[in-house]
Formats: sequence, structure tokens, C-alpha cells
Amino acid sequence: METLVACCIGFLTACGIFLMLRGRTFPVMLGLTMLSYAVNLFIFTSGRLTLRGAAVLGTSEQYADPLPQALVLTAIVIGFAMTAFLVILAIRARADLGNDHVDGKLPDADVVRKESR
Amino acid sequence: MWHLITAPVLLPMLTALLIMLPPIHYSPMRRRWVSMISSAIQLVLVVSLLMQVQQQGLIHYAIGNWQAPFGIILVADTLSVLLVCLTSFLALGAICYGSAGEDEKGSFFHPLFQFQIMGINGAFLTGDLFNLFVFFEVLLIASYALLIHAGGKNKTKAAVHYVVLNLTGSAIFLIALAVLYGTLGTLNIADMAEKVALLPADDLMLVKSGGLMLMIVFALKAAVLPLQFWLPATYASASAPVAALFAVMTKIGVYALLRVYTTIFGANAGELSGIAADWLLPAGLATIALGAVGVMASQDFRKLVANLVLLSVGTLVSLVALHTELSAAAAIYYTVHSTLVTAALFLIADLIASQRGKAGDRLVSGRRVAQPVLLGFMFMLGALTVAGLPPFSGFVGKLMLLQAVTEPGSRIAIWSLVLLSSLLVIIGLSRAGSTLFWRISGSDTAGEKAAPLQIFAVCWLLLASPLLVIFAGPFTELSQQAAEQLYDTRSAINTILHSGVVEGGKQ
Repeated sequence: METLVACCIGFLTACGIFLMLRGRTFPVMLGLTMLSYAVNLFIFTSGRLTLRGAAVLGTSEQYADPLPQALVLTAIVIGFAMTAFLVILAIRARADLGNDHVDGKLPDADVVRKESR
Repeated sequence: MWHLITAPVLLPMLTALLIMLPPIHYSPMRRRWVSMISSAIQLVLVVSLLMQVQQQGLIHYAIGNWQAPFGIILVADTLSVLLVCLTSFLALGAICYGSAGEDEKGSFFHPLFQFQIMGINGAFLTGDLFNLFVFFEVLLIASYALLIHAGGKNKTKAAVHYVVLNLTGSAIFLIALAVLYGTLGTLNIADMAEKVALLPADDLMLVKSGGLMLMIVFALKAAVLPLQFWLPATYASASAPVAALFAVMTKIGVYALLRVYTTIFGANAGELSGIAADWLLPAGLATIALGAVGVMASQDFRKLVANLVLLSVGTLVSLVALHTELSAAAAIYYTVHSTLVTAALFLIADLIASQRGKAGDRLVSGRRVAQPVLLGFMFMLGALTVAGLPPFSGFVGKLMLLQAVTEPGSRIAIWSLVLLSSLLVIIGLSRAGSTLFWRISGSDTAGEKAAPLQIFAVCWLLLASPLLVIFAGPFTELSQQAAEQLYDTRSAINTILHSGVVEGGKQ
């Protein structure tokens, strides 16, 4: 189980970083979302992975660490709000600057052709 | 009085909510007055909190009465309360300046401003690393919205970079926190400091990587060299009162570095003590060099001031990296001085830009400013202070800084860099000043005069410069006290975790 979760987090992080390095705001946004998913999973695993462990004492023999679950909830809420803000900002940037490139201007024409290919 | 420590967080939040309620929200004048009066009250409250801390030593407050390692605590020691006082002082000036008309160029200026103050104060006062993250996010989301206040192409462009970078920073922050929680089992700063010393050898590398990831995050907030690219564009494009408040935001990064690497990874941390110093010193010195070059290369005055912020951050980070009580004291004095003077310069830049018509704050010949004597004096006072020339606070700050470097090896590097950068700053500022005030084309002086409130705000911030010199004795004593308290981690941990019972070497 540990290997599977670790691979999952690693793959999400890799995808997130790849997308974040793209030139347009939409892929960057998706990349940040993926990275935050990876981070949330990672926080969750910092309390160790247990099967059938309740977060409340006395209900089962094994119990899970409740704190990472609380932390991950906070992180999800904050990440969600930030992503929502970024979406609005990206739309505003598209309107203000006339294109959706992160630098506010498109690079040279032949580079663009290469990118779109 | 026991609950006074929560006031710097609660008061701005309640004020922000109050401003958004109907009877106040509909009238611009009411919004302004509520915002200004609230920040004045806040200043009084935090000064009394400072006096309380002076009398009683470190104060900790368990929120909801959940005791220390389990619940979230607020911790007020001299350093954190001093920085909260600085924020309140600065915020009052910035809000007064904004109330002169800048606040009506967009919506929700005052509530957002108050929320940002809440985040900044909370970040200074919290004793829990995850709570620090939450307060970082509070101040960041307010700063995102404030950055695009009044709109415009430049602001949107700068905001996209700023938001994306800070979101990435938050992700790294969370990864670091998860690594530290997974190995240490706690996120309370005092508790972590205790656990780090007892770490099994297997977990050493994990904790080290977590600790260094934290350094990356704080370096991004503080804008240290490889992570500083966002700063000049962001600060130069923000509207003046916002940029003035942003002057304290980089200092939060510096504060967090100081806190984490003296309390958690400090002298008691065994093998992990001082893990960041090797990285921070060269990065800080390089930031100083880059800031100085940036000051010389700036094409407009606001960019120049942004580069001055960069320079002060470099200086502070190098001081933090030295890891001595003396350097921490110097860093605290220099933080107060540099924050106030750069904030004042941002406001002055805006006044100059609004009076020079089309030329704005670009360093080209332009129209004569409408109030040359007033603005000239303000500019000169600010420039002398920030460059560190004798009668003003910059001089005392630089002197403390130079005296704090005791190692002969680092002394050569730091002294030469700091002094050389001061020279470059003087050259850059005199070039900027002579262009802005003396290279005049055309004869019309039709620019609008500064509002009394704006002049008051600039004077309020500039006032700190002579005051910091006149009361240099008590103030340096205060910063030394703060540094002493910061380095006395043992008794801080005992106060927080063992409820005041000082154990005499008993395990």
C-alpha cells in the first residue's frame, strides 16, 4: 500500500511540475491543482497509513492519527480558495492583456508555431 | 489583560467585518474613519502588550484553553510583539495615505487591508508552524486582492506571477510541514525544538530536508537571491499604500527564518543546529549585491525603492545567518528602520509621480513638481536614512550591523559588501533625486498638490527615522533584550510546555 501511495504522490507531483512549467495560464493552473492534490495526499500519509483505524479513541483497537486529517482538511480548503482566486485572475489577465500567456505577451511567432505543433 | 495577546489578530478581523456591514459600508468617509480609528486603537493596544511582555517576560496563550503541545498557542515575546508594533505603526500610516483617495479606485480596500494586517500580526504571534502557514495564507490572499487594487495591465501581469509563485511556495511549505510532522510528531515550535534534540539517527536526513524546505519557503517570502525575481515588478506596480504595507511582508519571511533556525534548529538541536546558515549567508550577500546593482540600473523611482527593499532583505538575511545574539539584535533594529523608511519612500514616490504629470516616476526630465520644497525635503530625509548617512536611523542600523560581524573571515566579505552597496545606493539615489527634482522640461507646474492626509502619512513614517536616533539607547536595549529572549530557547520551552516550572537539568 505504501508503494502504491508513494508512486501516486510522485506521479501527481511530476505531472504538476511539468504543467506548471508550461507557458499558458490554464496548464499552469492545472499543474498547481495537481501539486496541491499531491501535497494533500502527502500530508495525509504523514500520520502513517493504517487500515481500519478509527480516528476516535475506544472505537477500535487500532486508531489513526487524527491530526493529519485535520491538517489536510485545512490545506484542502485553503488550496481550493487559492485555486478559485487564480482562475478568476487568469480570466482577468486574459481580458486585460489580450492573451493567456503567463508573461502577458506571446513569444516570437515561430516559437508559437513550434509549440502548437 | 490576559487576553490582550489576541487583540492584534481579532481587532483587524472584526474591523474588516464591521466595515463591510451596511451603515459603514455605504459611506466612504465612514469606512475611512473606522479603518483609521481601529488601527490607532490597535497601535495603543500592541504598545501596552509590549509593556506587558517587558514586565512579565514571555506570554503564551492557549486558544480555547487547549494546552500547549496539543492545542494552538499564541506566543508573545519581545521580538514578535515589537514586530507587531512595527506593523501597526506602518499600517496606520498606510491607511491614512490610502484614505486620501487611493481607496476609492477599487472596492473593498479597507476590509482587505485589515485582513492583511490580521494575517501579518497572526504570523508574528503564532507559536505553531501549521498556524503560521494558515496566517501566511490569510495575509497572502488579502495581498493578492490588494495588489490588483485599482486595476491596470501592469498590476494584473505582476499579480499572475506573484500568485503562482506563492501558491507553489505554499505547496512546498505543506510538504515541509508534513515531513516534519511525520518525523517529529508535533508542529508546535517549542515542542519541535525539544523533539529535534532527541531525534533517532534514521530520521536525521528527513528532518534536515524538511527544515531546508522550510528555508526555501521563507526565502521566497523574504525574496532572497534565487527566489527574488517576483519582488521588483510586484512592489513597483502595486498602488502606493499597498506597496508601503508590503514593505513589512518580506520581513515576515526574515522573522520566520530567525524564529525557526534559532528555536527549532538552534544551538540545542544537536547535529541539526545551524543547518541553514551555510546557505543563507552567501544567498544574503548575493542579494545585497544584486539589490545594489538594481538600484543603479532602475529606470523609475518605484523600481529603485523596490530594489532598496531587496537590499535590506539581503542585509537582514546575512545577519540572521550569522547566528549570534549580537547579529539578531542588529537585525531587529535594522528591520524596524528599513521597513519604515522603504514604506515612506514608496509613498513619496507616489506623490512625486502624481505631481510630475506624464513623466510619472520615470527617471527622465519632466514637469516641475508642484511642491518642490516639501517633497524635496521628504525625499532627502528618506534617502539619507535609507543610505545610512550619519544623523539618521540608517547610520545607527548600519553601525550595529557592522559591529555584529565578529568573525574575521566573514567580516571582510560582509563589511566590504555592505559599505560598497551603501555607496552605490547613495549614487543611485542622488542620480534619481537630481533627475526628479532638477531636470525640468517645460514651465507649467499644473500638478495637483498633495492632500494633507497624504503629507501626514509620509511624515508619520519618516518621523521614525529621527526618533530611532533620539531614542537609540532604549531602542537598541530593547532589541538586545528581544535577541536575548529569542536565544534563550530553554526557558521559552519551559514556560510554554511545562507551565512555568523550570526544571533543573532533570530529564
